[in-house]
Amino acid sequence: MAEATSTTAYARDPKPVRWGLRILVVGYVFLLVAWPTYLVFENALKPGVGKMLSGLGDPEVSHALALTVTITIWAVVINLAFGLTVSLLLVRYDFPGKRVLSALLDVPLSVSPVVVGLALVLVYNGQDGWFGPWLEKAGYQVIFSTPGIVMATVFVALPLVIREIVPVLEEIGDDQEQAARSLGANGYQTFWRITLPGIKWAVVYGVVLALARSLGEFGAVKIVSGNIVGQSQTATLSVEETYQNFQQQTAYAESALLALAAMVCLVIVAVIRPKEHKK
Amino acid sequence: MSINVSGVTKRFGDFVALDDVSVDLPTGQLTALLGPSGGGKSTLLRIIAGLESADSGTVTIEGTEATHLPPQKRNVGFVFQHYAAFKHMSVAKNVAFGLEIRHRSKEEVKKRVGDLLDLVHLSQFADRLPSQLSGGQRQRMALARALAVEPSVLLLDEPFGALDAKVRKELRDWLRRLHDEVHVTSVFVTHDQEEALEVADEIVVINDGRIEQIGAPDDLYDSPASDFVMTFLGPTTRLGGVLVRPHDIDVLTHTVPGAVAGRIERQLRVGFEVRLTVATEDAQQVEVTVTRATQRQLDLHEGVEVWLTPTTGVPRAEIAAV
Repeated sequence: MAEATSTTAYARDPKPVRWGLRILVVGYVFLLVAWPTYLVFENALKPGVGKMLSGLGDPEVSHALALTVTITIWAVVINLAFGLTVSLLLVRYDFPGKRVLSALLDVPLSVSPVVVGLALVLVYNGQDGWFGPWLEKAGYQVIFSTPGIVMATVFVALPLVIREIVPVLEEIGDDQEQAARSLGANGYQTFWRITLPGIKWAVVYGVVLALARSLGEFGAVKIVSGNIVGQSQTATLSVEETYQNFQQQTAYAESALLALAAMVCLVIVAVIRPKEHKK
Repeated sequence: MSINVSGVTKRFGDFVALDDVSVDLPTGQLTALLGPSGGGKSTLLRIIAGLESADSGTVTIEGTEATHLPPQKRNVGFVFQHYAAFKHMSVAKNVAFGLEIRHRSKEEVKKRVGDLLDLVHLSQFADRLPSQLSGGQRQRMALARALAVEPSVLLLDEPFGALDAKVRKELRDWLRRLHDEVHVTSVFVTHDQEEALEVADEIVVINDGRIEQIGAPDDLYDSPASDFVMTFLGPTTRLGGVLVRPHDIDVLTHTVPGAVAGRIERQLRVGFEVRLTVATEDAQQVEVTVTRATQRQLDLHEGVEVWLTPTTGVPRAEIAAV
């Protein structure tokens, strides 16, 4: 119904207005998103696929790429587990401080990643951090090391899974879960058989967004990682460094790879999702 | 006693949903919890099912103390107003859910699901998704799903509330017949007095968190314990200081001792009955329902002078403080 109404409203606009709007929107997206992204790919592929791959094969670059993969996997897994739990908590339970928690979860979206990085350093650095020296004595180095980078990445991608799942959980309600309970299912069975299948696509979408965000995180990671080449340098940091060192070719190749990975995820989801809905 | 509810109180903040409610629901019967919206009947049902917990009081199901049992351990079937169909599962899978949770063998599940789908006339839809069924079909599926686990009690929360009038009537008849076949102790919540009167063996009238009256439909209709029950169970009107049902008034075209005189102000024909609004001499408006035949026989129409008297031997209540 809403769709029908909006179509009529849209059709009422005179032709020049409609075409004007279309050109404006397409032009805007083209100049801001499509063309620059395309240029990255074009530049990356200019010297040929072989040269591009050999640029990526450089040990320092491939270490950075491998580190990014590791970080991304950890960050996505942690955010998935935490995101599912918190979403269920927010939607299905009432407790004092719920609104505060909900507001806190949006902090990572509003605070600059650089600030996040600095905040983590303040807490976890091994010299004068609030918690860091104690951890270091116990044998864990957080800042300038993989755990710190994972934490920074988890932090910035924190709300993405939750904000996808919460509205869907609210929409499906708890009728089905109560029905499952009354039919003898315990909490665990209800979650796996009823709740999770119901929010499946929200979870997938949240994971893809978190994945894309984790792949591309730069600011927070730069602060906490120390940017040590061959050790704690991730792919995005490596892009910056190679670019500044006049190895533009390598920088383009890495950029193209990062962009490609994120885009492939989005495309895959976009392709599978509508099929599931039409069924 | 199949279900015994004793001294149950439930509050939602300041709102008292149930106030020290005690009721026994006997085995094998179809009981209706009847009352206006917000009166506490659904809350009572959900407390019996374990979907809500009572602030105080106890619930016993089939002799088992169930007050603190989680819903999955009470062996009750619950049917929701909005079906609560498992949207991602086929009709057959929905019905099989409780059996699969109980790890029954594949053959047993298949046979039982087949039988149940026959019972609710949904065999040809076994492989469909709930979204491809009509409302009435979905509710029958939900009923089969609840019956699959052979519950000791079947609880239905406004089961026909979301359906249109015609389907509601069909399902109502069908539920009555089904109950005569399966004999599972059933409790259903409704705010529709006609539904309760038609389907239930026993009616529990609940209002404002308290039980107003318990009894067979005819008892409740014929001897209501309070004005509330009388008003809620059917239409009422005031005639000379007493509360009576509009169809329990005799309309005469001549005066008799004790009759109230008046003039027909309006008449409305609804199918086989005719509703008259009579303005009496003491400036009251009395609603009277007569059959089409009576109306024609006495030639009743607007402007005619009539005398009204309550039919002898029918329920009426002296109006104390209305």
